[in-house]
Amino acid sequence: MLTILIDGIAYGMLLFVMALGLAVTLGLMNFVNLAHGAFAMIGGYVTALAMNRLGVPFLLTLPFAFLIPALVGLVAERTLYVRMYRRSHLDHVLFSIALVFMSIAGADWLLGSSQMLITLPPWLQGRFEVLGVGIGRYRAFLIVVCAALVIVLQMVLAGTRFGARLRASVDDQRAARGLGINVNRIFALTFATGSGLAGLGGALGIEIMGLDPTFPLKILVYVLIVVTIGGTASLTGPFLAALIIGTADVAGKYYVPELGAFLIYLLMIVLLILRPQGLIAPAR
Amino acid sequence: MKRRHMLMGAALGLSTAIAGVPALAQDGTFKIGLILPMTGPFASTGRQIEAAARLYMAQHGDEAGGQKIELILKDDAGVADTTKRLAQELIVRDKVGALAGFGLTPLAMATAPLSTRGQTPTVVMAAATSSITEQSPFIVRTSYTTPQVTSKIAEWAASEGMTKVVTVVSDYGPGIDAEKTFVSTFGNAGGEVTDTLRVPLQNPDFSPFLQKVADAQPDAIFVFVPSGVGAQFMKQYVERGLDKSGIKLLADGGITDDDILNGMGDPALAAITGFHYSAAHDSAKNDEFVQAFQEATNGMRPNFMAVGGYDGMHLIYAALEETGGEGGEAMMDAMKGMSWESPRGPVSIDPETRDIVQNVYLRRVERQDDQLWNIEFQTFEAVKDPGKTGS
Amino acid sequence: MMTDTSLSPLLASPRPNERVSRDLLRRGRWKPAEFVFWLIVAASFFFLPDRHLLLSEIAILGLFALSLDLIIGYAGVVSLGHGAFFGLGAYVAGLTSIHLTGEPLTGLVLAALAAGLLGLATGPLLLLRASDLTRLMVTLGVAMLVLEGANQAAWLTGGADGLTGVMIDPLLGRFEFDLFGTTGYAYCLIVTFAFFLIARRVVTSPYGLSLRAIRDNPLRARSMGIPVGRRILGLYAFSALIAGAAGALLTQTTMFVSLDVLAFHRSADVLLILVLGGVGYLYGGLLGAIGFKLLQDWFSAITPQYWMFWMGLVLLVVVLIGRENLNALPRTLLARFRKEGRT
Repeated sequence: MLTILIDGIAYGMLLFVMALGLAVTLGLMNFVNLAHGAFAMIGGYVTALAMNRLGVPFLLTLPFAFLIPALVGLVAERTLYVRMYRRSHLDHVLFSIALVFMSIAGADWLLGSSQMLITLPPWLQGRFEVLGVGIGRYRAFLIVVCAALVIVLQMVLAGTRFGARLRASVDDQRAARGLGINVNRIFALTFATGSGLAGLGGALGIEIMGLDPTFPLKILVYVLIVVTIGGTASLTGPFLAALIIGTADVAGKYYVPELGAFLIYLLMIVLLILRPQGLIAPAR
Repeated sequence: MKRRHMLMGAALGLSTAIAGVPALAQDGTFKIGLILPMTGPFASTGRQIEAAARLYMAQHGDEAGGQKIELILKDDAGVADTTKRLAQELIVRDKVGALAGFGLTPLAMATAPLSTRGQTPTVVMAAATSSITEQSPFIVRTSYTTPQVTSKIAEWAASEGMTKVVTVVSDYGPGIDAEKTFVSTFGNAGGEVTDTLRVPLQNPDFSPFLQKVADAQPDAIFVFVPSGVGAQFMKQYVERGLDKSGIKLLADGGITDDDILNGMGDPALAAITGFHYSAAHDSAKNDEFVQAFQEATNGMRPNFMAVGGYDGMHLIYAALEETGGEGGEAMMDAMKGMSWESPRGPVSIDPETRDIVQNVYLRRVERQDDQLWNIEFQTFEAVKDPGKTGS
Repeated sequence: MMTDTSLSPLLASPRPNERVSRDLLRRGRWKPAEFVFWLIVAASFFFLPDRHLLLSEIAILGLFALSLDLIIGYAGVVSLGHGAFFGLGAYVAGLTSIHLTGEPLTGLVLAALAAGLLGLATGPLLLLRASDLTRLMVTLGVAMLVLEGANQAAWLTGGADGLTGVMIDPLLGRFEFDLFGTTGYAYCLIVTFAFFLIARRVVTSPYGLSLRAIRDNPLRARSMGIPVGRRILGLYAFSALIAGAAGALLTQTTMFVSLDVLAFHRSADVLLILVLGGVGYLYGGLLGAIGFKLLQDWFSAITPQYWMFWMGLVLLVVVLIGRENLNALPRTLLARFRKEGRT
């Protein structure tokens, strides 16, 4: 029972890290970035290649799995995305799907279409027991890392000048500009951070979700579900949503396997009927 | 509207009357339409088969039975209606002499009526559901069938004294095929399948199912999942400590797919698999095949898909040699009963079912020269597809 | 936040200034470009006999995209789950031929009706006070539920193996569905054209005008006394009906149904195609389908492995330049040419 719960939480945390960037771009820039998964894929490949070809230890690859997608994100934001902000949502969809197509084919061309696998260091393999409850080490690791990330992000948002500016820009872009906040720079930085987080999520997720060129499409639906249920007004919404989806998915498959894949979609529809604006709706 | 309708009708009758039944190209070339998923989630299947087919042509030249062979590759992305359309176009536009490929069961099923109508020999190089060859008398298979392999795993498990097994399969055609075969074969051999778990195909996380297995404490589990996700399955199996709890992991060989086996690391050592091909199969023919394949593909290891493609090409070449390209029916007759030495061992085509008859091997994963290989330790010779022979 | 109205700047066409009746008449009148379009389409039947299979696929996809255009372009409701109706139509047509009759028109009608009913049943979910994203995900959720349902009901649908044994009788008892796809293409063309005519009639009618009012400003429309919910629901069901018919066409021309018809990519592709062709003028879906499929066919003939990259690149360029600019390109070029000629 508790094992299931912990598995679910770990899975939810992973979803949250991947979805976060999407929630921010959507909330902040009102931009539907379906190519978000591509950044997660870049992060995954950075870790996998560094480990398999260069022999870098797993933990050391993680900063790069954040930095490289962040850098790619920054460049893409400045050169491509920035042209799209004023366009309609439907154009966003077309634009970002085009990027997804290119990233899938590109990854395939560069790295082949097979699954990319990694071998975790021994201290992350296997499981340990606490009070008779078996906990997978890697899952515990995921929970710790993701929880730490959530706390850091919350602190940055609530306690720093950048966080204050960011929140101001989300709430009212025009007023924020009027106050002399360089909204464009905030956009770029936030976009890069979101992409980096997705990359980190992709790297952490290889062990659980696998990694191949179709990764951006594979996680797209899950990530969208998290963001939609959570709403884009705060970090808390997507966080709660990710935990709910993660645990419901795992527990549902354990207790009612007949419902299998039905469950999360049913849950999503019900939650959206109850709270169409997301769990934490924008204060308007 | 009405007049337009009639006009179209007239034109329609006319053009069908003129065109008639498609004929083979008469200029001494024999075209093979190879339809594979080259993009999408099953792209690696396509890559393996394409590489093997091209390798075969590079080794054996592009002539057989006095005809020049031309390979036309098409991508169906694993979508059945696209496969069907491409097959149809290949038959009527390109006038291909044979169709080949078919990465997934529905893709072959969709094409079957066309093979009959066009009298086009159709070589299934990958899809593994038993009933495919029953869909058309022009279908022949060079891959394997799920029951063929699964039944031997079940027999072996019973002979090893296992009595309690839980099955875990992906919830789709081949998975359910495997589940049924295992349950009935194992039951006949005196064992008992205590639980049958079905995992949704789009499922990134196996943990809830493995937890169920851990709770049930069987002697072994039998697993059938598509080859890509096999690695994740085994990792989570080991992560849960199931390998140390005395529960054996039996599986269809797709789980330790040679293509990615090396990246799986130590968790793969837990698996005992049954399959028809291992890149480590001990024969001169196979050594040569593996080496040539790796040279041609920049180090990619051939897997069961590749050998299916390679043998499929051989079958077409051999049938052409025998008939000189006298059309579909003659080629099918030539293929029936044909036997040859494949990289996987001796194989033949069952004249009744047009399915492949081959050895099924039980294998263990072992580390040799710092690489992981599927090492065969027991052989069941000349196994027919039990899905159709009823045995 | 995303709201309904945020879509409208792109979608809105110039507001009618003339009197309503004259306006309606003008909108209903066929423009020369439309005649040219359909003439070319009809010509394709006679002059491209060896591409009928691809063309059938385009016609089906075009009809499917047209159905989506009705709700996105004319009601402002986005959907990522239209594949549910397409797939339901495909399965109903397949099951009809197996269990009832192989007569194609019966299957077509039943499939369309079934899909329309599903549209009526699920439509109320769209009336939630919700953002575009919420609607996208609710429709997606419905589509995934239908997909899972079809997968589970393997005794009826054949599950992941697909539904085999679909046999379709000759059309009108005379034209057999041949290997060249000639009958199939004629059939698809006629059905697509017929639904296009109906859809065109609907959107140029006073009813269609009220829909346009809803799309541009639901609040104002409501205060004018237009029953917003009922109108959207009606159009949604109509759109579902057409999508179901498109699905039936696919089944009947390929004589096979697999779970692919309900898959996520089906819904996503059609949205992509519609956006590519442009929303809100009925031809967007058709043009998008033609452009997308022909490009795909061309690229994948050149490089079966990596066609997606080039496809993505083309889409990217199209969206960066902007469809409006592309459409206006001939005119601007002409204008520049004239100007230069004068100086």
